[in-house]
Amino acid sequence: MSRTALRTIALGYLAALLVVPVGMVFYRAFENGFGAAWDAVTTPPAQHAFFLTITVALIAVPANAIFGVLTAWVLAHYDFRGKRVFDVLIDLPFAVSPVVVGLSLVLVWGRDGWFPSTEVIFSTPGIVLATIFVSLPFVVREVLPVLEEEGTDQEQAASTLGARNWQVFWRITLPTIRWGLTYGIILSTARAIGEFGAVAVVSGKIQGRTETLTLYVEDRFQSLDLAGAYAAGVVLALLGVTVLAVMTLLQRRHGRI
Amino acid sequence: MGGLSVAWLTLIVLIPLAAVVVRSFDEGFGAFWDAITNPQAVAAIKLTVGVSFIVAAIDAVMGTLIAWVLVRDEFPGRRIVNGLIDLPFALPTIVAGLVLLALYGPTGPVGINVAYTRVALLLALLFVTLPFVVRAVQPVLMGLEREAEEAAESLGASAFTTFRRIILPALRPAILAGVGLAFGRAVGEFGSVILISGNLPYKTEVASVLVYGQIESGNTTGAAAVSVFLLVVAFVVLLGISFIAKRGADR
Repeated sequence: MSRTALRTIALGYLAALLVVPVGMVFYRAFENGFGAAWDAVTTPPAQHAFFLTITVALIAVPANAIFGVLTAWVLAHYDFRGKRVFDVLIDLPFAVSPVVVGLSLVLVWGRDGWFPSTEVIFSTPGIVLATIFVSLPFVVREVLPVLEEEGTDQEQAASTLGARNWQVFWRITLPTIRWGLTYGIILSTARAIGEFGAVAVVSGKIQGRTETLTLYVEDRFQSLDLAGAYAAGVVLALLGVTVLAVMTLLQRRHGRI
Repeated sequence: MGGLSVAWLTLIVLIPLAAVVVRSFDEGFGAFWDAITNPQAVAAIKLTVGVSFIVAAIDAVMGTLIAWVLVRDEFPGRRIVNGLIDLPFALPTIVAGLVLLALYGPTGPVGINVAYTRVALLLALLFVTLPFVVRAVQPVLMGLEREAEEAAESLGASAFTTFRRIILPALRPAILAGVGLAFGRAVGEFGSVILISGNLPYKTEVASVLVYGQIESGNTTGAAAVSVFLLVVAFVVLLGISFIAKRGADR
C-alpha cells in the first residue's frame, strides 16, 4: 500500500472516531450561544458538582503524590521478599473495572461491610476513597523509572558527608524526581476529575450533595436535559484538554518526545 | 518506610478487593456458581469477552498503522495529530460516551444512529482504548534500525514482505503489550458505554453494567460473583503483560 493510502486510512479513522465526535459536542454545547451554555453550567447543582469534584481532587491527588513518592523510593532502594508481587499489585487499580472498585468499597465501609460506617458510603469520604483507589499508580509509575535510572550514588555521597535523611530527600531526591512527579500529579488529577464508575457506586448520586461533575453529566442526560449534559461535558472536556496540553508542552520542553 | 507503603496499598486496594472475593462466596460455592451461570450473566460475560476481543484485534491493526504513519510519514500537522492520540485518556469516560452519541446518536447530523446497539458498544470501546497500542508501538518503531529493511528491499523484497518479515517481528512484543492493556480496559469499561449502549439485557449489557445493576437492586452477592470474573481477567492481563515485559527485557 502506498504511503498516501496508509496516511488516509489512519487520519480518516482518527477523524471519524475522535476528532469529529469531540468537535460535535463543542458545537452542540454552544449552538444556542455562549450565554445559554454558561447558564447551563452555573445552575446551583452544577456549581455544587464542580466544587465537589475539585475538593475531592485536592484531597486525593496529594495523598497519591505522597504515597507514590514513598513507594517508588522504597522500590528503588530496597530489596525485600515479595517485592515483585508488590510491584505488580500496584498496577491493579489500572486493571480493575471502576464498578468493581465501587462495590469493593461498599463491601468494606457500607452498612453490612467489614468496617461499617455511616460517614463513608453515600458521602464525600467514600468518593475520596474511590478516587484515591483509581488514581493510585500514576505517581509511582512516573517516579520509579527516574529513580532507577539515577541510582543512589548522589544520595550516598550526601549521607557520607553528614546530611540527614530529610536533607538528602529535600536536596537530592526531590530535585531529581521533580518532572516525573509533575507528570504523575497531572495524570492523577485528570483521572481524579474524570472518574465515573467507582464514584457512581459509592456516592448514591444525591444531587446537590454527592453528585460530582461526571455524575452531573449523566444526571442531565438521563433527565433529557441534553443542553445541560453537553455544557457540563464541555467543561470536563476542557479540563481534560488543558491537562493534555500542559503535559505535552512540559514533555516537549524536557525532551521526552 | 516500606511497611507504610505496603500498609497504604493494603488498606486502599487489597482489603476492599478481598472483600469482593469473600462476599462472592458468602452463600457458598453453589450460590456463586448460580450467580455467574444464570442466563443474563452468561450473556453479559460472553458479550463482554467477545466485543473486547474484536476491539483488541482492531486496535492491533489500526494502532500499529497509526503509529507507523506518525513515525515514518511526514505531513503538515503531524505533531498535532500525535498530541490528539492521548485525548481518550484525558477525556472523562462519561464524556467519551456523550461525544459519540452527539455524532452517531439519534440527534446526530450524519444520519447514522447506532445508539443502543452493539455497534455503539464497539465504537465506545475503540474510543477509550485507542492510545494503548499506538503508544506502545511508537517508541519501538522510532528506535528500529533501518539497515535490515533497506537490505531486504535491495534484495528485492516487496514492501509487504519487508513489513511482515522484518518490522512486524520487532514490533510484536509492543503490539502484544498494548493489545493486552486494551483488552483489559475493554473488559472492565463502564463510563463510556453507559449512555450509548442502552444497557439492554441479552443485547448490549456488558459485565460491568450488569454488576452496577445488581448493586443498585441490592444483590451485592451476585454483583460480587460477576466482579470476581472481572478480577480474574484483570489479574491474567496484568500477569501476561508483566511476563511479556520480562521476556522482552531478558532478550
